[in-house]
Amino acid sequence: MRKAGSIQPLPEAVAALVRDGSFVSLEGFTHLIPFAAGHELLRQGLTDLTVVRLTPDVLFDQMIGLGRVQRVIFSYGGNPGVGSLHRFRDAVEHGWPRPIELLEHSHAGLANAYVAGASNLPFGLLRGYAGTDLPEHNDDVAFIDCPFTGEKLTAVRAINPDVTIIHAQQADRQGNVQLWGLSGVQKEAVLAARHAIVTVEEVVEELAPRPRAVVLPAWVLDAVCHVPNGAWPSYAADFSVRDNGFYSEWDAISRDRDRFTQWMEDNVLAADAPVGAPVAAQ
Amino acid sequence: MTIGAARELLDGEVVLVGVGPPNAAANLARRLDAPGCVLVYESGAIGARPQRLPLSIGDDDLAAGAQDLVSVPEMFNYWIGGGRIDVGFLGASQIDRFGNINTTTIGDYDKPKVRLPGAGGAPEIARSAGRVIVLLRHSPRSFVGEVDFVTSVGRELDGASNGAPGSAVITDLGILRPSPDDGELELVALHPGVELADVREATGWPLRVRDPLEVTEPVTERELTELRALRVSSEED
Repeated sequence: MRKAGSIQPLPEAVAALVRDGSFVSLEGFTHLIPFAAGHELLRQGLTDLTVVRLTPDVLFDQMIGLGRVQRVIFSYGGNPGVGSLHRFRDAVEHGWPRPIELLEHSHAGLANAYVAGASNLPFGLLRGYAGTDLPEHNDDVAFIDCPFTGEKLTAVRAINPDVTIIHAQQADRQGNVQLWGLSGVQKEAVLAARHAIVTVEEVVEELAPRPRAVVLPAWVLDAVCHVPNGAWPSYAADFSVRDNGFYSEWDAISRDRDRFTQWMEDNVLAADAPVGAPVAAQ
Repeated sequence: MTIGAARELLDGEVVLVGVGPPNAAANLARRLDAPGCVLVYESGAIGARPQRLPLSIGDDDLAAGAQDLVSVPEMFNYWIGGGRIDVGFLGASQIDRFGNINTTTIGDYDKPKVRLPGAGGAPEIARSAGRVIVLLRHSPRSFVGEVDFVTSVGRELDGASNGAPGSAVITDLGILRPSPDDGELELVALHPGVELADVREATGWPLRVRDPLEVTEPVTERELTELRALRVSSEED
């Protein structure tokens, strides 16, 4: 079915498409992470979410620490280059502020689960998982025999989120989107989902074709929202650079429950918290 | 450890690099005797030429100079799973005598004492790369009789072939390699000034020692100079 892909304010898009208990993908493989949109979910009080992302970094740490997440599907839960995600760890190790369910893959497994979802297939196929302890704790992994060679292969259940949210560099006025640089698994995540929201750095009259860019036509998107700097502290190639300093500071902010809660209150939840603009870290 | 890892790389090899010490090692190797090494990052950069040491595998600097940028499914299906990586670097929280690696949980999975980040790309790198280099500080907490969780399978560690030195575990005390007989890790070299007893004490299983046990070459002036230069260019940024 063709969709509208209309340009609209982020709060309206989130209010229209995300519910308590929704299954939401917020993708971005260390680049183009949809922080501003994730924060909008938090500001609207959405909770009991199932969230999926290969690399749940600081954004999922924030969502988990506020108790909005019921279940996380992921393959690497660390702060890249820094260390632990302290809110994620606190939830898993001590159930604070609430216990969370984990469904854990390898990158290859979860990437192929998205590929299957985008392809409208029930499962993705790869070698891998054999001999590891991962399948014992993940019912979405199973082993099958190749019908042609008899080789034992690994099947991963398709991922089909209710809503996928990503950040991109550009949209045109019709709501067609173009993103470039490290493109992660965003195309697959959008095509696997029932609904898709894209925040963009800028809206232009016409998208200039770029080599190696990923183009998402307006008719596979539900909403396109103009949110400059919407990836901070992540980045958008050719618009901003990764705020490595903030990723390091997050380690200290997130270590302490009270300091974390206060920081989120001041910088994300407050009515006057800036949407998509860098906020001064304490 | 960084210099030891850099020495393992042969000129022209395709190397899958992670953040931290592996990244420093691979970039150091390119400045020393392996200028033709092709650096691949699981974030999608192929043929990357970073000017500084990136904090994360998704840094802008990595993407900017790369020969190509591919999606994550393409990276894992065509390039890693497709068997196009000669050398893969891995880190670990725990490793056992057969090279099984744990980066998932310390303690019981459902009630972990420490929740670690998890698998990431490691299981496929361990499975698919021609050989694997593990960088890990030597301690009885890391070198354990049995890992609490098998995240990546150690029997995938390959032996020497085609002139390449085979898989290795490089520590601050020495170098271990899988035995050609049964794949069990054995100590093949000590770093200068390290005693065998130190390594045995820091290993949580009765350690096999290859005969003759070698001593690694002392760090050269050139290696140190290039490592410093690499670090300076990163700090200036």
